[in-house]
Amino acid sequence: MYNDKVMEHFNNPRNVGEIPDADGVGETGSFKCGDTMKLYIKVKNDRIEDIKFQTFGCGAAIASSSMLTEMVKGKTVEEAAQVTNQDVADELGGLPPMKLHCSNLAADALQNAIADYKDHKIKQQSL
Amino acid sequence: MKSRLVYMDHGATTPVRKEVFDAMIPFFQEQYGNPSSLHTPGRKVRQAVEEAREKTARALGAGAEDIYFTAGGTESNNIALRGAAKERAKPGHIITSSVEHHAVLDVCQDLEREGHWVTYLPVDQDGLVDPETVKEAITGDTFIISIMAANNEIGTLQPIREIGSVARDCGILFHTDAVQVVGQLPVDVNDLNVDFLSLAAHKFNGPKGIGALYMKKGVKVDPLYRGGSQERKLRPGTENVPGVIGLGRAVELAVSEIPGKQKKLEYLRDRLIEGLIGIGDVVLNGHPQKRLPGNVNVSFKYIEGESVLLSLDMEGIAASSGSACSSGSLEPSHVLSAIGLDHPTAHGSVRFSLGFGNSEEDIDYVLEKAPPIVERLRSMSPTYHAR
Repeated sequence: MYNDKVMEHFNNPRNVGEIPDADGVGETGSFKCGDTMKLYIKVKNDRIEDIKFQTFGCGAAIASSSMLTEMVKGKTVEEAAQVTNQDVADELGGLPPMKLHCSNLAADALQNAIADYKDHKIKQQSL
Repeated sequence: MKSRLVYMDHGATTPVRKEVFDAMIPFFQEQYGNPSSLHTPGRKVRQAVEEAREKTARALGAGAEDIYFTAGGTESNNIALRGAAKERAKPGHIITSSVEHHAVLDVCQDLEREGHWVTYLPVDQDGLVDPETVKEAITGDTFIISIMAANNEIGTLQPIREIGSVARDCGILFHTDAVQVVGQLPVDVNDLNVDFLSLAAHKFNGPKGIGALYMKKGVKVDPLYRGGSQERKLRPGTENVPGVIGLGRAVELAVSEIPGKQKKLEYLRDRLIEGLIGIGDVVLNGHPQKRLPGNVNVSFKYIEGESVLLSLDMEGIAASSGSACSSGSLEPSHVLSAIGLDHPTAHGSVRFSLGFGNSEEDIDYVLEKAPPIVERLRSMSPTYHAR
């Protein structure tokens, strides 16, 4: 059902955990199938210096979370914001069709984390 | 990498036993005659088919003339339900439960599209149908009641005898999908007050693609297919002879071994349940006592079933799950929803179904491998950290 790369990420997920003093936290969930992802980013000089995730979900959900963190770590915030769920699936070498829309949500969680980060930044600047 | 296979998905299917396989072999190349033929090769095969029918009947406490061979459980269910509906001059009312297998539920939904109306009875938190609710649901238009003997996911055994007597008192046909029960627990069609009973050989170490429908003498249904006069026109088409022979041998063996097997499986089942619950934040789904001897269904809280299955599979353990992610749909299983599980708990469900061949060592192995798997997945789970 899953290719070797997906299984490799499922078995050895990168960047699992949380960042207590994160600059941005983003959460997303699939209302339909119940998957939940939480993403933490640490930003320095406008670059994603560190990123961690926690995921409740199937093999595809865990693998796509892991893949995304690897893809965007070190990128600028603007570069990272360009990454789509489809990019994550492509980088994994494909996912089963039924998993594409329910479990492949990591990029959405990142969008939320980036929005959270920007939100904090604006608030800090206006203080 | 996989040094060992621990197969715990007997609820899905079982291996064909050697005795069964050996009994089938001659009917491929040596005894290939058509049982409907007049000549000697045909008549010999006819005799073997009728012997298999008698074995199947004996296993159910039925008469041989009440046994009809079919392609399996799904076809038996369809012949009973659709056949009873087709026999009627006008649409009517059907009573079933909300935890039936899709081979009953989807037939009912199809019959609704044809003008019949259906009551899907609720179940309690253990998955039990209350016979009183059956009685209350009956109307003057009710023509058939269909309640499964045991649930395929959570293993709960339904009060078939009681529901059967309600149906008999009201003169309504009663069908039970017993594919999970035949060969696991004693079944007597007269004791259960059933008019129809479905079974499938591959659930008790027989071959796939063969099953039977028990239909009580005097009951009439309109066949789904038209063709020859095989199975007294209820299921026309040349018989799946090797399958029929395999079914006969498998049911004979399985039923004769029930006393010892039931005890052994119940012991292994309870050990596995106890061990899994010991991991912590693990709940049993289904009734604690009124359940199939080999059925273990638990929800691992804070993690998702498919992840557990993938991880178990890498350790050589084959199980199944009612989580949406593994079922091919987005919804968690209708059975887990019907017993009132919230979405996250339903998503964490895993079924281990034990059978012939599972040993004490298999239980030890699962109980050794499962805790670190659960711990690893929980360490990644946001809901576990937020609990």
